This record gives sequence, structure tokens and C-alpha cells, in this order.
Amino acid sequence: MSDSTKILEEITGSDYKYGFETKIENESAPKGLSEEIVRFISAKKNEPEWMLEWRLKAYKHWLTLTEPKWQNVSYPAINYQDIIYYSAPKQKAKLNSLDEVDPELRDTFKKLGISLDEQKRLTGVAVDAVIDSVSVTTTYKEKLGELGIIFCSMSEAIKDHPELVKKYLGTVVPVTDNYFAALNSAVFSDGSFCYIPEGVRCPMELSTYFRINAANTGQFERTLIVAEKGSYVSYLEGCTAPMRDENQLHAAVVELISMEKAEIKYSTVQNWYPGDKNGKGGIYNFVTKRGICMGDYSKISWTQVETGSAITWKYPSVILKGDNSTGEFYSVAVTNNYQQADTGTKMIHIGKNTKSRIVSKGISAGKSQNSYRGLVEVMKRADNARNFSQCDSLLMGDQCGAHTFPYIEVKNNSATVEHEATTSKIGEDQIFYCNQRGLDTEQAVAMIVNGYCKEVLNQLPMEFAVEAQKLLAISLEGSVG
Amino acid sequence: MLKIKNLRANIDGKEILKGINLEVKPGEVHAIMGPNGSGKSTLASVLAGRDEYEVTGGTVEFAGKDLLEMAPEERAREGIFLAFQYPVEIPGVSTTNFLKTAVNEIRQHRGLEPLDAVAFLNLMKEKSKLVEIDQSLLKRSLNEGFSGGEKKRNEIFQMAMLEPKLSILDETDSGLDIDALRIVANGVTKLKSRENATIVVTHYQRLLNYIVPDFVHVLYNGKIVKSGGKELALELEEKGYDWIKSAVKEGSEI
Repeated sequence: MSDSTKILEEITGSDYKYGFETKIENESAPKGLSEEIVRFISAKKNEPEWMLEWRLKAYKHWLTLTEPKWQNVSYPAINYQDIIYYSAPKQKAKLNSLDEVDPELRDTFKKLGISLDEQKRLTGVAVDAVIDSVSVTTTYKEKLGELGIIFCSMSEAIKDHPELVKKYLGTVVPVTDNYFAALNSAVFSDGSFCYIPEGVRCPMELSTYFRINAANTGQFERTLIVAEKGSYVSYLEGCTAPMRDENQLHAAVVELISMEKAEIKYSTVQNWYPGDKNGKGGIYNFVTKRGICMGDYSKISWTQVETGSAITWKYPSVILKGDNSTGEFYSVAVTNNYQQADTGTKMIHIGKNTKSRIVSKGISAGKSQNSYRGLVEVMKRADNARNFSQCDSLLMGDQCGAHTFPYIEVKNNSATVEHEATTSKIGEDQIFYCNQRGLDTEQAVAMIVNGYCKEVLNQLPMEFAVEAQKLLAISLEGSVG
Repeated sequence: MLKIKNLRANIDGKEILKGINLEVKPGEVHAIMGPNGSGKSTLASVLAGRDEYEVTGGTVEFAGKDLLEMAPEERAREGIFLAFQYPVEIPGVSTTNFLKTAVNEIRQHRGLEPLDAVAFLNLMKEKSKLVEIDQSLLKRSLNEGFSGGEKKRNEIFQMAMLEPKLSILDETDSGLDIDALRIVANGVTKLKSRENATIVVTHYQRLLNYIVPDFVHVLYNGKIVKSGGKELALELEEKGYDWIKSAVKEGSEI
């Protein structure tokens, strides 16, 4: 009998106890999902009883659900019993500084070009790095602490700020929300928690890097950001994963809560492994992201650059509850080879004078399929709601597909809803023009694509924008013959 | 500098260039004239390396190298510049950014250090005066929403920035009013030196009032059927192309 099975038996055979974790030598849970695994994860993380109950509730609900099939993507059935739901890097002691991080781990970061020390020194970005499932280290915590800002891993938040987590976790994306959200709620391993107190403007970009490292693991991170009255925060999320033959599942949940006159800006550069040229391997990126503008004059802005993953399925959304609140969604989604993306947003106008803006730029190359799916809903009470949507698709080659599924539901006559859509191809003429000025075809494509995405890239913080531009170029390498 | 020998080229299986011979030396300005459909623009495109055209015969030597072996971007880096008849628009890419990439690509090819932002902006300032192009235009997306005249001026501005050895102006006069024509032509004339050469492809003589050619060639039906000095352009202006067409039909010497 393997150690892990032994441990599992021990856990399941006895009542859940605090402090059990020290006895466990193993870093991974065995494959598969069951109530025992949920208990195992909770125990590994030394969680209080209420958290375990929360997880179990989600797990039980998940069992009653079936995987959604309405999205415009296709993939072989996922065997949820063949996934490892918890995997932690071999780190034991609590870390006091970056120097204590495992050198190999730091090497990984360096390969990703996000050397923590350097970022800390040069850019002043506070990074909460999540490898596989455990938050490795959080920088700048002390400095932020002086302002009353809490920025820590979700595990720490559960331990150190249970009242805040209890109050907000699952309020925007309930455990019962959808199949993958329920799954995440049951087995989430870590993630980031961020709390900005009233009137505080967060002085730096907060950043989290997620990375899936081990084979056969799913990454289920959970992010919760609460911006109190009159506060502001800009949050960056970057994702990468190494190359693997098999498909890995990534089912994250992100919740944002913006109070009166508060603003949250959430930027993502997603570069999960997309699979190889023949469509083998790659990440299934099934993510639920939603924010609520609770208070009047509050604002939430999503910006995403999606270049990776075999399949991307996500709709960062905003519920515009407060009067005069604003929701924004800026997106670039690139698909190449056999990648599939079904992404977009939901803007739910509940309050009066609420505004939303959607700018979506899809780029399809190779044999990929790229869909925009967006809902603009104006509720009865939402007088003078305004929405503007622009959905552009760029096609490269003649074997890819671009699709647009806009849904508009208006229940108030005073609403103004505009939708514009274009589809274009990168012209041979444009490429030749660039060639004639000394640019090779790769450079030409990168330049044309970056120009096409400019409106979205401009929304990203500077250093992220540069990275995103490079990523776009890399993702489309070899897509024009 | 440029030696074209018996150059033949097809598009979609149709032969357009049927044996072109032309030699261009440094410091020279050659005008290529001819009626519509004679192959003038094809010649310009083939020299620049546009791949819709299939070269079926002949050789082109540029600065001692086999031009036909090179990719379009290599030709550009070696110093061939084509001022497009219909410059394309690239939304979201400013002329400034576009040119910064292009200039530094070409500088790298010539073994020079890339220009930093300040040096580049100074160069832009200097060159923009030559073609009287408004600086604010250069911050806008490349050619997007530009008038016909602005596009052509932008082409000559790019030529000034890239300092090519051989410039090919493809119908640069088309769509230009007389003032714009004068500005564009003066820009080209100012850029002329003993080291570089220019091929002016045009239908009308009027551009040649401003850019005075050393040689004028008449292209008809895929061949250069007559060459001469600048006075040939005037003769064509006066008599039109019909006498050339009928002479070719009869098979007589022109």
C-alpha cells in the first residue's frame, strides 16, 4: 500500500483533526475525486471546520451537475477520476524572505522571465506566486500592510482573516453557480486574496503568477478581491504551464467586489500550454470570473490577453448593481493550430445609469476555432443603461474559424445598446508592404496583429503590455507561410 | 548597380514580362513609361519580390548579387525601395513605430547600431521637412484615413528615412494634384545623389518635368521597345502611345 493511500485511510478512518498536516510526508493527493479527497485537501491545508463544510457542500452539489456542453468547443470526455486534485511543491518551513525559496523553483521563475527578486527590485510589483497549488511566497506584504491592504494567499486568508473570507467567498460566484465553479469550490488548493480598505489607493500593481508544474494535476485556484468604498486596485494575473502530452485541467474562480466609488482593474495574460502543432496535450482552461459593482459609482474593468490553452472557456463578467457603476471588458484571444476558444463576457445592468463597454479582438490561425460569446442584459430597474460592444475577428489562413454569439436582453426602454462587429483577414498586401520595408514576415504579422489589438493592449499596465506583445508574436509563429 | 537581362515573368500563367533588358548605374534616373497594361507595375513588383509573380526566365543582378534569389525583406535591406502605387493601411500601427522597426532592421543589416528614440526622432524631424509632411500625420496609424496625396508623400518620406540605393517609384504621380506632385517630386530630387539611383514608373510625362530623367524607356507588351533621353518623354506626351503600338504591330524598328 502506498503512503498516500495509507494516509488517506487514516484520514477517512478518523475524524478530521487540526494539525494533522505535520504527519503527512507526501506532497500530492492520489488521483481521483471523492469526499475523502476533499477532506484530505482541507486537512492538508489545516483549514477550519467551516471551510471544510463549505467545500463539502460544493462537492455534493457538483455531484448533481453534468458538464456543460453548450459552448462551441469540442474535446474528449474528461475523466475526473484521473486527475490529481492536490499537489504541493516540496516546501515545508514558512518563508520569511525570497532567499528561502527553493533555488530550483526560483530557476523556474527565471525561465518565465519573472525573477521575483528582480521584479521586486525593478518594478515594485508585489507578486504572489502560485506553483501548482500552493502559494510559494508573497512579496511586499509588509509594505502593503502599512496601508491596511491585505494581499496574501487564500490559505493564509482563511487562517488569518476568516471573517472576511466567510463574508465574501462565494458571494459573487456561488458554489452552485456552474459545474466548474462547484468543482473549484470543492477542491481549490490556493489562490490569492486581496482586500483594499476604505479610501486606499493601492500604490502598486498586485500580481500573481500561476503555473502548473506537475503532471496530471489540475490547478484550481481561487481569487477573491474586495475593494472597499473609494479604494482602487490594479491586479495582474499571469499564467504559464510547461509542455505535456496529456491534457491538464485548470478550473479557476475569480470573484471581485467593488464597493461605492471603488475601482478594480483586473488584467490577465494567459499563456497556458496550448498543445502541440497536432493538437496533442495542452491545458483545458475552464474558468469562472465575475465581479460585482456593489456600490454606486463603482467600476470593474477586465482586460485579458488569452494566447495559451488547448481550450479556453471563460466569460469575465460584471454585475452592475450600484447606480452609475461601470463595467468594462477588453479582450484579445488568439488561437492557433488546434486551439479552441469560447470566450466573452456578461454585463448585467441592474442599477440606474450603468455603463458597460466591451471590446473583443479575436485572432484565429491554423486550424483553430475562436468564438466570442457575450451577454448584455438590461434589467427592468436599470434606467438609462448604456452598452457599447465591439467584436472584431481577424483570420489568418483559410482553415480557421471565427464566430460571434452576441446575446442582448433588454427589459428597460431607456437603454442604449450598440453592437459593432467586423471580420477581416491579414492581407498579403500588408505583409508584402512590411517586407518591402525590411521586415520579415514574422515581424510583419506581429506588427499587424499588435496594431489590431492596440485598443486592448493599451489597457494593460506597461510591463505587461510588452510581455503581451511578445506573446502574441510567439503564439502566431509559423502561422503565415 | 542594377542589371536586368532578358527578364520574363508570369502571373496566373499569363506572361506579362517578355524579356526585359535594362541597366541602371549609380546616380542615374530612369523613367519607364508605357500605356496601361504594358507591364510597368509588374516590373516594379518583380524587382521588389512580390510572390504572386513567377519569374520564368532571365537574371537580375543588384550590387553584384543575384536579386531573384533574395526574399523581399532581404532586397529591402540590401537597398531596394518601392514606393507603392497603392500604399496599404495598417490600423493601430503608427508610421513612427513602423519606420523605427524598418530603419533599425536595415541598419542592423548594414552593421550599424540601432538608433535610440532621440536619434530616431531627430532623423524623422529632418526628413519630414524634405517632403513637407506634417509630423502629426506620422503619429497616426500607417496610411489609415490618409488622403491620396498624404499616402504618396508618406511613401517618399519613408524613402528618405530608409536611404535606399535604388528607389522604384510606381506611378507615384497618380492621384496627386499639381501642388502635391511638385512637393513629392522635389523630395525625390533632393534625395538624389551620386550613389543612389531612381526608376520612375509613370504613365504621364508631367512628373518628369520635376524629376528629370537621364533615360526614358517605353515599355509595351512586356518589352522595352524604345529607349532615349528625356526628350522621348516629351515626344510621347505630344504623340501619345498609339504610334508605338502600331509600329510594334507592324514589327518595324521604332
